[in-house]
Amino acid sequence: MEELAARIDGLSHRYPEQDDGQWALADVALRVREGVITGLAGPDGAGKTTLMRIMAGLLRPTAGKVDVVGLDPVRRAAVLHARVGYMPQKFGLYEDLTVMENLVLYADLRGVVGAERATQFERLLDFTGLRPFMGRLGGNLSGGMKQKLGLACTLVGKPELLLLDEPGVGVDPISRRDLWGMVQSLAEGGMAVVWATAYLDEAERCDALCLMNDGRVIFSGKPEEQRERMRGRCVHVRNIPGNRRHFLRRALGDERVVDGVIQGENVRLVLKEGVGQLDGRLLATAPGAEIVFVEPRLEDAFIDMVGGGPDGRSVLAETMPAVRVGDGVDVDAVISAHELTRKFGDFTAADHVTFNVREGEIFGLLGPNGAGKSTTFRMMCGLLRPTSGEAHVMGIDLKRSAGRARQKLGYMAQKFSLYGNLNVERNLKFFSGIYGLKGQVLEDKMARMLDSFGLDRYRRTVAGELPLGFKQRLALACALMHEPPLLFLDEPTSGVDPVTRREFWMHINALVDKGVTVMVTTHFMDEAEYCDRIALIYRGRMIATGPPDELKRQAADGDLAVPTFEEAFIRLIHRDDMARKSAGGESA
Amino acid sequence: MIAVWNRIVALIVKELQQLFATKTSIRMLLMPLLLQLAVFPFATTLEVKEASIAILNEDSGAEAVELIQRYHAASAFSDVLYVTDAASLRDALDGQRALLAIRVPPDFSKKVLAGTPVAIQALIDGRRSNAAQIAFSYIRQVTNDYVGERIGFSAPASLVVRNVYNPNLDYKWFVLPSLVAIIATVSCLLVTAMSLAREREEGTYDQLLVTPLTPAYIMLGKAVPGILVSMTQSSIIASAAVFVYGVPFTGAVWLLLTATFAYSLALSGVGLLISSFSTSQQQAFMGMFSYMVPSVILSGYLAPVENMPAFLRFLSAVNPLTHFISMAKGIFLKSYGFSAVAPDLLALLAISSVTLLTAGMAFRWQTRT
Repeated sequence: MEELAARIDGLSHRYPEQDDGQWALADVALRVREGVITGLAGPDGAGKTTLMRIMAGLLRPTAGKVDVVGLDPVRRAAVLHARVGYMPQKFGLYEDLTVMENLVLYADLRGVVGAERATQFERLLDFTGLRPFMGRLGGNLSGGMKQKLGLACTLVGKPELLLLDEPGVGVDPISRRDLWGMVQSLAEGGMAVVWATAYLDEAERCDALCLMNDGRVIFSGKPEEQRERMRGRCVHVRNIPGNRRHFLRRALGDERVVDGVIQGENVRLVLKEGVGQLDGRLLATAPGAEIVFVEPRLEDAFIDMVGGGPDGRSVLAETMPAVRVGDGVDVDAVISAHELTRKFGDFTAADHVTFNVREGEIFGLLGPNGAGKSTTFRMMCGLLRPTSGEAHVMGIDLKRSAGRARQKLGYMAQKFSLYGNLNVERNLKFFSGIYGLKGQVLEDKMARMLDSFGLDRYRRTVAGELPLGFKQRLALACALMHEPPLLFLDEPTSGVDPVTRREFWMHINALVDKGVTVMVTTHFMDEAEYCDRIALIYRGRMIATGPPDELKRQAADGDLAVPTFEEAFIRLIHRDDMARKSAGGESA
Repeated sequence: MIAVWNRIVALIVKELQQLFATKTSIRMLLMPLLLQLAVFPFATTLEVKEASIAILNEDSGAEAVELIQRYHAASAFSDVLYVTDAASLRDALDGQRALLAIRVPPDFSKKVLAGTPVAIQALIDGRRSNAAQIAFSYIRQVTNDYVGERIGFSAPASLVVRNVYNPNLDYKWFVLPSLVAIIATVSCLLVTAMSLAREREEGTYDQLLVTPLTPAYIMLGKAVPGILVSMTQSSIIASAAVFVYGVPFTGAVWLLLTATFAYSLALSGVGLLISSFSTSQQQAFMGMFSYMVPSVILSGYLAPVENMPAFLRFLSAVNPLTHFISMAKGIFLKSYGFSAVAPDLLALLAISSVTLLTAGMAFRWQTRT
């Protein structure tokens, strides 16, 4: 019988600001075993962090039984802190201290001194591979290295239970793999680990899983159980004649289909339980298409459990007029970057990036954090001046008449830049106002937007208090009030639950049908698959470009004939590293 | 042009809506106003009432008793502390129980009756020099009066003082017009410096920059609400000064409004400049304070500028608050007309053009990088 590091029953928590009937956690039960990684998965706002903080003894729960390493986390907090390592989402690294100084500080705080400290440091520096960077300032580390240092600091004092709150956020796929490997080896050494994540692909790799949604545990067990449950229900539709987005919309409207996404050239569908295959009438609309059963994912199970994805209808599509880029604009280069370079001091954030985006295309900039995709993106929408090179939007040079170009673009940022203390109506009115809409035109447009996005009942609700999904709809509505032919999206769905993400992409697909050209930055592999073409940005340079499937083919080799998009991404980056290393070697 | 104006109006309307969006934000605007209005006129009193003196009387003669009775009767001294030895006299000063200590020597009555000169010792608490000096002058007055009566004839010439513009030296007359200026400072800086920093923190600033609005329009959209709020708040204080505290208003209302406008204009430039260097509200707040404190000190409100070294006198001359306080006092108390405020008004307009242009350049420079 394995030892339990944490045992939680009937745990409920409500924050003082929450109304009656609202719970941050409702009747949660959790078992954390030693020697395995327990995944705590769910979208933002599901209650993962609240649960973690209760386990770490930082929050007194409203009700329920909590037992962590044999202690009551509230009453025995002091003893508990010495035996539990908690790494919050933003770990408290001191940016002005070096790697070593940070470690020493945490050792002091945990009372690890003398020979014990020396041996633990030796072990941790080897383990995390941070030895070469001992003298570097915390602030100068990459996202991945910061997380490794955070992990090392958390491990000082040899905790029995390790609580990691979304350690994979802001870390590129390669460092994420490293980090995962490290934590896995800790678990194999007998430590109990809880790994909270919003990425379901990450959760899928855990030994035990607790899947949460809206404060409740909706599944607890092995991830395989869920995947097994979905076996025979996931299909790829390949070689679709005509527009794959139209096919997806039809498929989602079919009652046999609970979920569907675009994956490069293909459409991936999840069938309703007990339905053996797709409807013949649906397939008749895509003659020659090939149906292949594929390996289920945890995300399929999640969507199935929460009642399926959106039905594929976008009311927005019915009310938005078709847009045209206008005469005299090259339809093959609606957005174009030519040798775009941006330097910050000695550091080149974007290095001679060149691409053209066609009219009605979804173009994605993909890359790890800090690779230069945001820099490139910001130059393309006129937020940042290039050091050299040119950025054109609808044939307008952003350096010369940025104002004229800006009237034609809609912009939506990761953080949904809304005025949180103003209500929905006022937000819409403001954004229309600064684009010059007024009078009856404005009123009509607002009524249509409120209707299309189902925002009517939230008219007078303050934007900051909207549910996440509606916040996103409002942000999109604000960006679209002036009917821009170009749409710039900066990490539009990070931190959003999978259902809302699908809904968002339904709207984007509908807009593309109306002739809107979309440029999007993302680090979500799923999201990248929606794009028609991708530019892979790494260390400031564009290392590959093409449709997602083309990039997968480029990455394929004898070892791996059909890579997933993430695998392709890692391989392409790795190859680039190798190429640079050998080039560097020759010149040296 | 009209199209552009509509867009700026949208910005201004949004800004005002945000200011009045929640109870908390309204409270943020009103609380400093009410608190300062309630506390300032009483807290920054320059008068010495309710001061206490300590008296060590080593003489038991009638002359000494009479003098001490006179000290006691002076309205400035609410509390008279009688002590019996030199040590307790020192203690009274030491423990700040008395502002001033008087020591009447043992042979006081004898010498007064004999007609020989006699000295009374006064000990002043140098740590509270201002108040103690004022208290001391009361004591001297009382003593001189006593001496005059003893001698039996009045001095051949005496100085008669009349305080022009504030005949009763009512400190409220002096404090409240300055408070109008100080409230205008707080509200204008709060709105201009903090709101932009907030936009930057919440990411809405980028959203504004991708719209057709240029940085100059965004600045204008921020400056106008700041000026409006600051003019409204200082009008409230000015009315309270007149109707609640009874300060006379001898000038013209439109002139005070014009002066407030010119001052707010200059300050909005300062606020925008602070905000262009701040990436967070916290930084903006720090910036606001590092501007406000020296600005008040150098304005002549707390200490006379004439006694400052030349460099500080120069800073005081380019400090917008100096000019506004001088105009506010003049319009309230000295029935200043347009020609009297014109030099200060011109100075403020010159300062405005400098602050606004610098802020504009900082904005342009920032959006470029």
